Amino acid sequence: MSTATTHDAHHEEHPSGLMRWVTTTNHKDIGTLYLLFSLLMFLVGGAMAMVIRAELFEPGLQFVEPQFFNSMTTMHALIMIFGAVMPAFVCLANWLIPMMIGAPDMALPRMNNWSFWILPFAFAILLSTLFMEGGAPAGGWTMYPPLVMQTGNAFPFLIFSVHLMGISSIMGAINVIVTIVNMRAPGMTMMKMPLFVWTWLITAYLLIATMPVLAGAVTMLLTDRFFDTSFFNAAGGGDPVMFQHIFWFFGHPEVYILILQAFGIVSQIIPTFARKPLFGYSSMVYATASIAFLSFIVWAHHMFTVGMPLTGELFFMYATMLIAVPTGVKVFNWVSTMWRGAMTFETPMLFAIGFVIMFTIGGFSGLMLAMAPVDFQYHDTYFVVAHFHYVLVTGAVFAIMGATYYWLPKWTGHMYNEKLGKLHFWLSTISVNVLFFPQHFLGLAGMPRRIPDYSVQFAGFNEISSIGGFAFGLTQLLFVYIVFKTIKGGEKATDQVWEGAHGLEWTLPSPPPYHSFSTAPEVK
Amino acid sequence: MGEEVEQGKKRTLRQTLFIVGGMSLFVFALVPMYGLLCDLTGLNGKTRNEAQEVVDVSPDTSRTVTVEFLASVNESMPWDFRPVVARMTVHPGEVKQTSFLARNRTSTEMVGQAIPSVTPGLAALHFKKTECFCFTEQKFAAGEEREMPLIFMVDKDLPEHISTVTLAYTFFDKQKLVD
Repeated sequence: MSTATTHDAHHEEHPSGLMRWVTTTNHKDIGTLYLLFSLLMFLVGGAMAMVIRAELFEPGLQFVEPQFFNSMTTMHALIMIFGAVMPAFVCLANWLIPMMIGAPDMALPRMNNWSFWILPFAFAILLSTLFMEGGAPAGGWTMYPPLVMQTGNAFPFLIFSVHLMGISSIMGAINVIVTIVNMRAPGMTMMKMPLFVWTWLITAYLLIATMPVLAGAVTMLLTDRFFDTSFFNAAGGGDPVMFQHIFWFFGHPEVYILILQAFGIVSQIIPTFARKPLFGYSSMVYATASIAFLSFIVWAHHMFTVGMPLTGELFFMYATMLIAVPTGVKVFNWVSTMWRGAMTFETPMLFAIGFVIMFTIGGFSGLMLAMAPVDFQYHDTYFVVAHFHYVLVTGAVFAIMGATYYWLPKWTGHMYNEKLGKLHFWLSTISVNVLFFPQHFLGLAGMPRRIPDYSVQFAGFNEISSIGGFAFGLTQLLFVYIVFKTIKGGEKATDQVWEGAHGLEWTLPSPPPYHSFSTAPEVK
Repeated sequence: MGEEVEQGKKRTLRQTLFIVGGMSLFVFALVPMYGLLCDLTGLNGKTRNEAQEVVDVSPDTSRTVTVEFLASVNESMPWDFRPVVARMTVHPGEVKQTSFLARNRTSTEMVGQAIPSVTPGLAALHFKKTECFCFTEQKFAAGEEREMPLIFMVDKDLPEHISTVTLAYTFFDKQKLVD
């Protein structure tokens, strides 16, 4: 007994202070770093969104120059996608995958450390462009040439920061794959893995397949600008439309990289609070894999208006609409899991149900956009903005927040304040709909994206949208408060935390020891 | 962790790195693939950038096609550039001549290169030029103004549903390209 205690105590040893975090190879530490980093980026990107909504509160130019406004939309997107949502999912992967499959740590711990510590540098480079001559990148996060070529001194910094983000995600994804494929506890067969693990495995394959494509595309931009190549320069025999094809060949799988793990999270939360096993587990796995496959053959629906032959438009239209089938299977399964369940509505469950409803709204507007003939009206309008914010904010971000409430007691050993959590949910849900729902109408009425000023008939809905935006922004400060308060203290959480929670991570103490599952558990 | 697991990790690591490497090469392979696809189908509206011989010169008078001409200069290129006629009606198989007018507004000698593009893209391969100022670079002295000829034919294989073909030229500053 005493040897066992000293053995454990030895394992708890790690450098203290700052060096603990710089040199750590522990999956829990790295998960925490990712979480805090993504929270910080969420606030930075959110502040940029506030600038956008303040400028759009009324027609005319009020606060910022048009060029700076366009920088804000561009930077907001890059930071939220690569700095907030993707690292948040990697945080969850680090914290949860080893505990869910009964592994002692991630398979490649040193690479894990590296993949995190690249990120602060990538975003320091990206954010430093705000202070450069010519301003931060303002040509949109999609970096379409020839517009992006007009970026000032910031241009190479933009490209290199995208390279670094890509390297970081590729390393994170490789780590996830190697861990899941090789380090499952005895008895943990593929079809017994929690759905969150499955969705991450599939996403990780999407990441390693598409991140090199993005890296290649931006490298071509770089050589076009500095080394006289003409990949996208019409004057030299290139074609700017080819960039759109290559970019969206990465870009469409990327949008599933931002949502598949959210599906996994919701598939963990709903069974817990419905106190029923997930309905249709294997169909969930196959649906996720189908979505991942289809994501590679639909890219041109982002560019229906470039002038494609009719056959092309039809192919990409039908292939896109086909994605609604596996997605529909998922929504059906979540609803069926809740059907006749003994449901309770703690904060994680509220976020999960909010996800199912509002993600579906975003899915439906996606179906509208998928129709080539009507897309000519919606293309590059606020309708598109409303669509992708419904799937990314009330979809991905809501799932991440639900996951935080769901697993935070496990990670910290403290329960969060349930009253404040519910308040956060309801304030977020109301304000996010006030923020984004009117944007559908703005888009249908013809308001273009990425403009600092607009004609007066759009004033009313923009005012409502901005008010919703400020309310949503302020509400997130409450989230930050709740998270930090829970980390510091609070009611002691039990090991299982939630009455209906099942899975290996809930068999560990709350908080789990620094090294968990040093001996693999037996899975029946 | 057993030896077997370590072996497995290495194997999976190799496989994933192989995918990353493969996709990195694939993205650069996309460039020639895209070029080839467009050459075969004309999808991106690019015409052949060399004079094409016209063999069959019997026009199909039962059919008329409207050809529209557009001319623009790239970014801040200080040239005037416009077609002499904005549109003409042609029969497929008929050889026609028109010209474009360009003027160098600066007080220095400049070299420009015109790049053509045909819309709809599927018409690009059926738009044949026997003579075009876009085949070579054009040197303009300070303030020089010049009419540049274009001799073309829309061939008889133009798909039935296409009744209007738009030919757009963009003039690029060749010197700026080299810099």
